[in-house]
Amino acid sequence: MSIREKALILDKTGIERALTRVAHEILEKNKGAGDLVLVGIQRGGVHLSKRLAEKIRQIEKVDIPVGSLDITMYRDDLATRKSQPVPQTTDISFDIQDKIMVLVDDVLFTGRTIRAALNSIMDYGRPKRIQLAVLVDRGHRELPIRADYVGKNLPTASREKVEVMLVEDGGEEKVVILGE
Amino acid sequence: MRKQQTVGGEGNGWCLITPNSGAILLKGAAMALKTKDLLAIKGMTADEIKLILDTAATFKDVSERDIKKVPTLRGKTIINLFYEASTRTRTSFELAGKRLSADVINISTSTSSVVKGETLIDTARNLEAMKCNIIIVRHSCSGAPEYLSKILKSSVINAGDGFHEHPTQALLDMFTIREKLGRLAGLTVAIVGDIAHSRVARSNIHGLTAMGAKVRVCGPPTMIPPGIECLGAEVTYDMDRAVEGADVVMMLRLQLERQASGLFPGVREYARFYGLNTARLAKAAGHALVMHPGPMNRGVEISSEVADSTAVILDQVTNGVAIRMAVMFLLSGGTKAEA
Repeated sequence: MSIREKALILDKTGIERALTRVAHEILEKNKGAGDLVLVGIQRGGVHLSKRLAEKIRQIEKVDIPVGSLDITMYRDDLATRKSQPVPQTTDISFDIQDKIMVLVDDVLFTGRTIRAALNSIMDYGRPKRIQLAVLVDRGHRELPIRADYVGKNLPTASREKVEVMLVEDGGEEKVVILGE
Repeated sequence: MRKQQTVGGEGNGWCLITPNSGAILLKGAAMALKTKDLLAIKGMTADEIKLILDTAATFKDVSERDIKKVPTLRGKTIINLFYEASTRTRTSFELAGKRLSADVINISTSTSSVVKGETLIDTARNLEAMKCNIIIVRHSCSGAPEYLSKILKSSVINAGDGFHEHPTQALLDMFTIREKLGRLAGLTVAIVGDIAHSRVARSNIHGLTAMGAKVRVCGPPTMIPPGIECLGAEVTYDMDRAVEGADVVMMLRLQLERQASGLFPGVREYARFYGLNTARLAKAAGHALVMHPGPMNRGVEISSEVADSTAVILDQVTNGVAIRMAVMFLLSGGTKAEA
């Protein structure tokens, strides 16, 4: 399959600006960083959650707990996929009981990943509130799920693929649409 | 021979060529086991073994949590079909299945239709007729699980067959070594005891050599099968030489039930020549791991002092659950073609 880059959606500066705005929105909506915890969904959301925490630290001068969550074991399509991804680490080493948790992912698409993440979180405790922050919302939801904070709304065709590349993965930082 | 299925390892990872970074595998890249069954370590590639070990690492966390259950195999049915006695392995498979939310049924042959004379294949076909997804088989005949795998559509996991293989034991041993020492390649592993009758030894020799470790086997000449060197293991009858500088010393259970067959003159003599005690262990590398698949004969192949102070035997048991969860997970997923 030959895949090529069809359009550049966000460059490095664009990603930075979007994250800065999302960090401010999180603080505005929750009236500060009290009780706030961030959890990045493996793998795309993990680096983003760390960056958001760093931005919140710069703005509010407080360190908020950051964890990572792998949802492989909670997927609903194990039987139909050709193969499974190797599960990554889940590391939530802080108490989430009665906290305001912001789930962070790179791309919001069908919503099934978020459904799995919500189920998984319930096995770790009962946050007071769970919110969702994504860098890109590309539409095509299959479940009644929406994001509280969106870096970029991006109408796409469902056959296209949106790829978020970050410097942490080694390489250029950008958001692109891929297609055949 | 294991069944080769027409399942590609391509997953849904797309390969994108970018000018500055060359080919990168995009997120969501996935691998799969190419077989419907886990019958033997022999024939597995280093990549396949590594996939199972890596997958097990994350499943280990599930057992550390307050809620030791994930919904991964909800709605699947797993049958433990054990024709031989077992505490550890059967419980480990059962817990692994239950922690993945599968329904697990245990069948011990002493209370089943087997005592009425039902054949292995009939028993298995009847179980499959009740729509189970995975059958875990332990049998005293080498090759019994492979035989079943050819007839059944369900996945078959070998939980030990005769003197042939015990693949999940070798996987959990390799997992434990990698966890404690950080690697497998380049290590020297001494396996000591009744090699001839040990399926654990055979699976470990295949796995460890595939992963680039050096294996020494050691025991009385009556317990070393001729030609074992062909599997890539070095043979010695001198335990001091086997242990010398070893990174891992893996002790096998002396199968006391074989004492009458004249393979060894007596338990005390065996313990003197092939038992692991503190003095012998001192010849191994300073960081050496002591392992035992259980059940132990304290004071025979392993002294209580060694078993209770330096050995990682209980870590092996803990890791066994994670390995079996990983194997069930990897065999259950995917739309594997019918063979």
